[in-house]
Amino acid sequence: MLQQLEGSRAIAQGIALCKPEVVCAYPITPQTHIVEALAEMVRTGELANCEFINVESEFAALSVAIGASAAGARSYTATASQGLLYMCEAVYNAAGLGLPIVMTIGNRAIGAPINIWNDHSDSMAMRDAGWIQLYAETNQEALDLHIQAFKLAEALSCPVMVCVDGFILTHAYERIEIPEAHDVDAFLPPYDPVQVLDCNDPVSIGAMVGPEAFAEVKYLQHRKQLAALELIPEIASEFSARFKRDSGGLVKPYRLEGAETIVVALGSMNGTIKDVIDEMRNEGHAIGSLAIVSFRPFPLQAVRAALVDAKRIVILEKSLSVGLGGPLSDGVRKSLSGTGLHGHTVIAGLGGRAITRKSLKALFVKAEMDELELLDFLDLDRDIVNVQLEREKETRRSGPVAENVLKSIGTVASRIA
Amino acid sequence: MKKPFAITLDPGSSLANHTGSWRTERPVYVDRLPPCNHACPAGEDIQGWLYHAEGGDYRRAWEALVKHNPFPAIMGRVCYHPCEDACNRGKLDEAVGIHAVERFLGDLAIRRGWLPGKPAGPGAKRVLVVGSGPSGLSCAYHLRLMGHGVVIVDSAKAAGGMMRYGIPKYRLPRDVLDAEISRIESMGVEFRLNSRIDDIMAAMAGFDAAFLAVGAHLARRTDIPAGDASRILDAVCLLHDMEDGPPPMLGRRVVVYGGGNTALDVARTAKRLGALESLIVYRRTKEQMPAHESELNEALQEGILFKWLSTVKAMDEGGVTVEKMVLDETGFPQPTGEFEKMEADSLVLALGQESELGLLKNVPDLEIENGTVKVNSSMMTSHPGIFAGGDMVPSDRTVTSAVGHGKKAAKNIDAWLRNETYIAPEKHEIAGFDKMNTWYYSDAPRTVQPELDIARRGSTFDEVVGGLTGKNALFEARRCLSCGNCFECDNCFGVCPDNAVIKLGPGLRFAFDYDYCKGCGLCAAECPCGAIKMVPESI
Amino acid sequence: MPLQPIKFYQTGTFTVGNRLLDESQRTVQANMRRTNSLNSGHRACQGCGEALGARYALDAAMQATKNRLIAANATGCLEVFSTPYPETSWQIPWMHSLFGNAASVATGIAAALKVKGKQDVRVIAQGGDGGTTDIGFACLSGMFERNDDVLYICYDNEAYMNTGVQRSSATPPAARTATTPAAGAHPGNSFGTGKNVPLIAMAHRIPFVATASVANLHDLEAKVNKAMTIHGARYIHIHVPCPLGWGSHPSDTLKVARLAVESGLFPLFEAEHGEITASLRLRKKAPVEAYLKLQRRFSHLFGEKPDRDTIAMIQAIADRNIEKFGLESP
Ligand SMILES: Cc1cc2nc3c(=O)[nH]c(=O)nc-3n(C[C@H](O)[C@H](O)[C@H](O)COP(=O)(O)OP(=O)(O)OC[C@H]3O[C@@H](n4cnc5c(N)ncnc54)[C@H](O)[C@@H]3O)c2cc1C
Ligand SMILES: Cc1ncc(C[n+]2csc(CCOP(=O)(O)OP(=O)(O)O)c2C)c(N)n1
Ligand code: SF4
Ligand code: SF4
Ligand code: SF4
Ligand SMILES: [Mg+2]
Repeated sequence: MLQQLEGSRAIAQGIALCKPEVVCAYPITPQTHIVEALAEMVRTGELANCEFINVESEFAALSVAIGASAAGARSYTATASQGLLYMCEAVYNAAGLGLPIVMTIGNRAIGAPINIWNDHSDSMAMRDAGWIQLYAETNQEALDLHIQAFKLAEALSCPVMVCVDGFILTHAYERIEIPEAHDVDAFLPPYDPVQVLDCNDPVSIGAMVGPEAFAEVKYLQHRKQLAALELIPEIASEFSARFKRDSGGLVKPYRLEGAETIVVALGSMNGTIKDVIDEMRNEGHAIGSLAIVSFRPFPLQAVRAALVDAKRIVILEKSLSVGLGGPLSDGVRKSLSGTGLHGHTVIAGLGGRAITRKSLKALFVKAEMDELELLDFLDLDRDIVNVQLEREKETRRSGPVAENVLKSIGTVASRIA
Repeated sequence: MKKPFAITLDPGSSLANHTGSWRTERPVYVDRLPPCNHACPAGEDIQGWLYHAEGGDYRRAWEALVKHNPFPAIMGRVCYHPCEDACNRGKLDEAVGIHAVERFLGDLAIRRGWLPGKPAGPGAKRVLVVGSGPSGLSCAYHLRLMGHGVVIVDSAKAAGGMMRYGIPKYRLPRDVLDAEISRIESMGVEFRLNSRIDDIMAAMAGFDAAFLAVGAHLARRTDIPAGDASRILDAVCLLHDMEDGPPPMLGRRVVVYGGGNTALDVARTAKRLGALESLIVYRRTKEQMPAHESELNEALQEGILFKWLSTVKAMDEGGVTVEKMVLDETGFPQPTGEFEKMEADSLVLALGQESELGLLKNVPDLEIENGTVKVNSSMMTSHPGIFAGGDMVPSDRTVTSAVGHGKKAAKNIDAWLRNETYIAPEKHEIAGFDKMNTWYYSDAPRTVQPELDIARRGSTFDEVVGGLTGKNALFEARRCLSCGNCFECDNCFGVCPDNAVIKLGPGLRFAFDYDYCKGCGLCAAECPCGAIKMVPESI
Repeated sequence: MPLQPIKFYQTGTFTVGNRLLDESQRTVQANMRRTNSLNSGHRACQGCGEALGARYALDAAMQATKNRLIAANATGCLEVFSTPYPETSWQIPWMHSLFGNAASVATGIAAALKVKGKQDVRVIAQGGDGGTTDIGFACLSGMFERNDDVLYICYDNEAYMNTGVQRSSATPPAARTATTPAAGAHPGNSFGTGKNVPLIAMAHRIPFVATASVANLHDLEAKVNKAMTIHGARYIHIHVPCPLGWGSHPSDTLKVARLAVESGLFPLFEAEHGEITASLRLRKKAPVEAYLKLQRRFSHLFGEKPDRDTIAMIQAIADRNIEKFGLESP
């Protein structure tokens, strides 16, 4: 059924269709609308047979999910930004224990400076925690990925994060096709855990493992993700067969035929990128793009196959590995090793900075002229940066950077001054 | 369940890890000798029979008791219970009233007509026992249980020795005495009363061995100048006459000379015979008096008067003359030359007894020391086949010791008759108070036995001290701490952090699982009764 | 004659078992068929009070629930010594996630059981004092506040033992730990610090809060039993001496625990919905000195020149407890 809905609401409806048995969450923008909607559905009975638990922190939220999952319940939580970091220890733990929890990340920047807007710093910080990470391009895909995520998580006994750009998706109203319940039921069998706390078959879960077996446990975690590389496309095609639309998969190539320049990106900015590509293709540029859906596991083969015939690669990233560059680039460059191709990392959209078509087009043109640095920043205001650098050089006690920058822009100068 | 590798484990699988290898000390179960048992001259397993009494199984308790001592009802009345002085509970609140429970069991057995076990086999050998006092009776009883034929010969009219002709009725009612003696008779022991033995060598004809227990019945005398009309009696005769003769005439004022139990018994008897004043004269102080404290207290309650640090010098119509004494540095009384006269109608001498050993005149190489017959550790005199015990051998002269001698002699006679030597089992280490963890025992003050009204004691020979009821006998028995021997409290089983104690089931006690025992010593520390010992592990 | 009430069983109700008592009145620990929820072969130190306390509590809970029990465990000695790969000592369904989240994990388990309609299965969360009063405190308070159907048991050995005896908010004043050394002007842990989690638990007005000690098994089991008859959030705080951390002899574990109770330093009480409903009278009152002296963590208070002032301050704490909780018979 096609509906005009806020992204969060749509995602919540998709999750409800998956019949989670325990939902727990702690509020943080921009995740709130998802869990509010779920709370309401549990209260009204629309989502039956589900415990909604209001916890006191994200650490508790994921911990409750861990307990619930180990006791055999399909468990779900959602968070973002500071909240994800607050539960960091549990994030690793859930993966280490192999509990198939599904968690939505409403992607948001991490402070300081505190910032509620979108970028990928939060989920990127957890990229090595052992979770599968899927990035949604649209709200339709976000909804669809959740349904696939439960199937994937439970098949592998591995937790899955579905990353949805905060505000850009979570708060956007779109026309969304809500799947039919019977289709979801047919697609997603009931949760059949590989290990469960059961009085009739007691086990101890969460042993302490020393050097004699720790590496093996970790390697087995890695093997699960390798298996996911096979499973994700299978599930995606099963999904499209049943629901009659394409969603998910490992990567999504766009107009790659004959492309000399390929733009690689995660999440919602692929929409804008595609618009620019369409425009430039019309103008005769040989350009295409590759959206990466599965960032963990990172589909090295698929990425390489998609990119190998290009001349240059632009990797657009909403996250900065401070002191190095971009985390997505690490994977992409690795997939290109031996091809002689350069990947240009461009950091964009940090803390909600708009990624405009205009800027992108200018960037791509610059790329075609091979004028990009290996690490570049989209729409970075060098003047402001220079002023602050000067200031720091002059006075030791130069004041807080964030406030200084805001003053330079003039947004709050009048109020602060 | 196909479990994830390493992080998920099978239940209880740590049994594969034998932590016993950490141990430097190992706990072992021991049996220690309870101080009461150690102190009992009759060699009773007091704790053993209390154990059954605690559970309310009085029959088994009594059976366990009479394995060692045929006279619980008597013993519970007249024994001075050294066991209670030794009882560890005395250090906690008050000693367990062992004698009271013992008496309860004895009385119950009499009421119910319980009999000890059947004697083993037909009387293979014949043993002569001379004297039917506690020692002779005890020996006969045990020999009979072992299957021997026993004949007891006594010069007196009735059996019992000093239990009948010494100890007054108000302390030992005769129906009780009769009941416990008749039980021995019913076991097939032959009694020949009213027959004095003058020559033991002659009397031995037809017997394989003899046990002599003729007691000490001759009153020790002292020279007291006395006027013609003065009445001077000795305690032994007086008490004998109480049983078996014309009631003694003592008059209104009676002076008793001596400081032992006999003196007290005489003074209290005098009171019951109608004396207005019954006074005990003793050379030393109250503290030095050999009489048992409880009896002294009862005498005081009954109004018996005492004159301490005095000796009787003379007696005439007007009364007795006493000399005051003082204690010298060594605590010995010395005369002062100060005299005092006091009214008295009669003077009773209670200065101790000696044995009449005439029947031994024809026994060659007999060793006699201070008027008593020497015996070796097997209770045998220097003449093979003749054993002796009780008051006639060096001992503390109590019914209980006499009973103990009788038992010990019986065991040795039995062995001797088989040409063997009896070897007593080795004694365990004593369960001292320091070995106990008394926190676990409930607070429980001793049960007080009821006592006869003072008013009624003056005039009758009714028993003074009453018995326990079934309920409070149970209570009293349960005050036992079971020192040194497991009483299955389950503490060790419970407190082991490593579940290294195996409970074998009711009555079967426990075992250590040395595969897992780390040797922490908690079980030993928390065993209330000290039945676990830590010993160094040998590597 | 002063007749005693006739219900007297030699050791009364203080020993683990008692052959004279009806089996139903003996402790679970006396039962040959107890579950040994924490089995042999674990790697706790000799005489570990925590290992003992955990078996006491869980065996009782197992019996109370007819073996329908699941436990969530915080990181700490209990977890480490019971489940080093490849062996576990647990005989019950058990899970360890993290140091600070046992209460939340238990909430999750309870929620799962509820949706699955398995409400006969009961949930216990357990952790050390550090995992409870410090790092797990937020999760604990959240679980209390939501009144989740979980019994949380804290095994209080008064420091972070598993990491080598560092101070926690349950470490008593003057105690030496690795981070409150017996040095300087005020050796050991400072006075006036720390928190009383049982009282804080009561402030949540949860249905049941109790303190217990390994030194009083009957009381401990009664409290666990009672807790298992109640639904909603429950808390039991069990005092468990640690021979290693306290510097006491392994064989003295129960003696030390007993003296903590008998001195008044560790009052045993229970509360329902925020109100104290019962407290255990001291059986044989002991001075705090008797307790302190058995432990090397307090040894700086004794020796040549005993620190009378500090001992008196500790005695004052005990006296206040005795007063506050009514530990002496009137
Ligand atoms: C007044 C009094 C009170 C006492 N109170 C207590 C008390 O409360 N508790 C306690 O433990 N002890 C008490 N005693 C001591 C105790 O009675 C004796 O130690 C005990 O009876 C000694 O036992 P026995 O078998 O050696 O000798 P006895 O009991 O003296 O028995 C010896 C028997 O041998 C018989 N006999 C002697 N010579 C011959 C012979 N030639 N031929 C045949 N038969 C012979 C006698 O007739 C007598 O029956 C008391 C003693 C007295 C005198
Ligand atoms: C988040 C986190 N911080 C610190 C630790 C290290 N750590 C593990 S166990 C432990 C001490 C546990 O102390 P407590 O909870 O009192 O239990 P005990 O070992 O004393 O029984 C610490 C500090 C950890 N595992 N996780
Ligand atoms: S602790 Fe109890 S059960 Fe164990 S040996 Fe001692 S008395 Fe027997
Ligand atoms: S309590 Fe257990 S581990 Fe300790 S010594 Fe006794 S049996 Fe061994
Ligand atoms: S350090 Fe303490 S709590 Fe930890 S195992 Fe050892 S005794 Fe037990
Ligand atoms: Mg601790």
